[in-house]
Amino acid sequence: MSDVATPAPASRVDLAGALKDAFWTTVITTAILGPFLGLLTVQNSASQLALITRWPLLVAFVAIIVGIRFLLKAFVWSRPAKAKKAPFALSPKMERIAAPFFIGLLFAFPLFILASLGAGGSIKWIDNFGIQILIYIMLGWGLNVVVGLAGLLDLGYVAFYAVGAYSYALLAKTFGFSFWILLPLAGILAATWGVILGFPVLRLRGDYLAIVTLAFGEIIRLILINWVDFSGGYAGISGIPRPTLLGIPFNASDSGFAATFGIEYSPIHRTIFLYYVILALALLTAWVTMRLRRLPIGRAWEALREDEIACRSLGINTTNTKLTAFATGAMFGGFAGSFFAARQGFISPESFTFMESANILAIVVLGGMGSLWGVVIAAMALVGGFELMREMDFLKLVFGADFDPTQYRTLLFGLAMVIIMLWKPRGLISTREPTAFLKEAKSVSGSHVKEGHG
Amino acid sequence: MDDLRRMAAWPSVLFTRSALRRSSASSSGSVRPLMEVFLQQLINGITLGSIYGLIAIGYTMVFGIIGMVNFAHGDVFMVSAFIAVITFLLLTTWLGIGSIAVVLVICLIVAMLLTSVWNWTIERVAYRPLRGSFRLAPLISAIGMSIFLSNFVQVTQGPRNKPVPPILKDVITVVHSDVYPVTISYKQLMIWAVTAILLAGFWYLVQKTSLGRAQRACEQDRKMASLLGIDVDRTISLTFVMGAALAAVAGVMYMVYYGVVSFSDGFTPGVKAFTAAVLGGIGSLPGAVIGGLLIGLIEVFWSAYFTIDYKDVAAFSILVVVLIFMPQGILGKPEVEKV
Repeated sequence: MSDVATPAPASRVDLAGALKDAFWTTVITTAILGPFLGLLTVQNSASQLALITRWPLLVAFVAIIVGIRFLLKAFVWSRPAKAKKAPFALSPKMERIAAPFFIGLLFAFPLFILASLGAGGSIKWIDNFGIQILIYIMLGWGLNVVVGLAGLLDLGYVAFYAVGAYSYALLAKTFGFSFWILLPLAGILAATWGVILGFPVLRLRGDYLAIVTLAFGEIIRLILINWVDFSGGYAGISGIPRPTLLGIPFNASDSGFAATFGIEYSPIHRTIFLYYVILALALLTAWVTMRLRRLPIGRAWEALREDEIACRSLGINTTNTKLTAFATGAMFGGFAGSFFAARQGFISPESFTFMESANILAIVVLGGMGSLWGVVIAAMALVGGFELMREMDFLKLVFGADFDPTQYRTLLFGLAMVIIMLWKPRGLISTREPTAFLKEAKSVSGSHVKEGHG
Repeated sequence: MDDLRRMAAWPSVLFTRSALRRSSASSSGSVRPLMEVFLQQLINGITLGSIYGLIAIGYTMVFGIIGMVNFAHGDVFMVSAFIAVITFLLLTTWLGIGSIAVVLVICLIVAMLLTSVWNWTIERVAYRPLRGSFRLAPLISAIGMSIFLSNFVQVTQGPRNKPVPPILKDVITVVHSDVYPVTISYKQLMIWAVTAILLAGFWYLVQKTSLGRAQRACEQDRKMASLLGIDVDRTISLTFVMGAALAAVAGVMYMVYYGVVSFSDGFTPGVKAFTAAVLGGIGSLPGAVIGGLLIGLIEVFWSAYFTIDYKDVAAFSILVVVLIFMPQGILGKPEVEKV
């Protein structure tokens, strides 16, 4: 551990303390990483487990961790703490300029990609980046109503996503209804499930509510797996009808989109169409959320988040308030789900695991609860960033040819959740400014104070 | 995020793989001797329940003292099972120790020690800085930690199941019957014995020592306890250490009982153990053990008499029903809301 011993001649630096700390860090990191990094269990030819050693890897990791901690301890943490800055938030003025610019950018994105990469190369970018990110933005905005505005931690949001997807898939395949009839229907069904599931559990608070919603999410997924006659079980449902533009399908037939408009058929047409559909749905979600925040119900949600007991004392029916938040969030989840089914053409319970709920929750929480901008930034960073990792070939040059960055996605994702919580528990962009006040906002920004003391 | 989904492969494990092989095989037979089947399921259920109970204590203690659901506890249990597998291999293949008893005792000690260090570090790094932060922050940090732990094990040890050679295979036939002999395996006996001994020791620790007194004081009123000279941070750390040590016992038992460990084994047992803690009354130690035994029995009997497909649904439904209709559980105290 050569880094540890490096002396640093600087004034007022507690080197002895830092060295002692480094020693203990070495002991602890060796103890916890030792079995996992130093030893590897592999199955040999007789399919029995055997151990092989990787001591250099262990030493490297321990050295890095101890080195970083030593430097932090010796030079950074010893300084007096600076006063906390106010969290970053867009002022209303900036928002007025930024929002149309951003929406314009979103509208222009597929055309820009199409112009620069051509029809063949752009499908990947519009589909993997554009549509994928927009689905998560929409889900994030939907969950934002429940978690960000009403302050109810929902760990089973993916259940409503699943209800929307399976409603569309089953109704479209069984009765042949079109996407545009089933889209609102899927939303209504998901909202109904939100009310059914929400009604009994919403008396619970905080952590209990989170665990019950987690259990509900798992129950729905397990039923989808086990009730094979209904949902196809693990095999899922395939051949789900694709959405049409006013009855014009996107295929190569004579009545298809390309033939009707007299252009050459290309699969990119459907991709671009789907992009604009999900863009419209996402913007609808944002618009409804913004309008609802100005209605009494939106005010009640935010009051509930800040202090439930005060809320009840003021005569707000907390159960109904929670229920509407739950149902509204579920409805948007249902919309997104039916879009997801229509886009993929295939769904299976694999798409609706707890991990997916955790993803969406992470987008809301990391971005900043209650902030629409935060969700956008977090979704772009998490989904887009992870998609980009797939493209990072240069890492192979550094770590060797068999290095696969995608392997570390979930690992980094979990780590990011912890680090952001430690760094900014309110998320990257936190807006807890009161949205309702008489002439001017007098109270201190909520981010500086405890819950219920704003 | 398709890869993310596939890689995570969360709650995929069937927790009662081998415990239920007997019952599913017997259900295909024409005659089911009622009494024998019942006895056998009782034996299996108590074994499974002991494992759940040991994990549940970790949940209940942490919730009791800092009011937080330690979401990562199930994954701490999984980490301990991996440490047990690695130690087991180290002892049998490298050092060539033949005596199963020696190997198991060393496994138990190593797993308890290292898992305690793990949980101590997790508390120190991910939860302690968030004490006093806003309500949901520690829970979200714990969810992140849980994702991190399962993927850390997956990345460092590989995604495949890790089978260990079967140990303590012999069985004792309790009820002799041609159709359906009821048996207890040495494994099950060992699990009962170890669980009982460690629970007794743990009970002594909490009830009779100054550490236990400090812990119970912090549970009742943290501020007052610190005014009276109790080091609250240290007590909370030790709570996490004790929870991890008991989870490690469960991890070793899990390895011995099922003979196979996978990185995704933390989630489902974790949720079930949490259910057990809630059922028994969260915050209550005997409650956690009773809840664990009940959940184990319910799961095994459900699988034997109804259908194995929906056994996890049954466990999750119990959680929902208990939380809605008796949130204080069997032995818990009703929650008082303070302003």
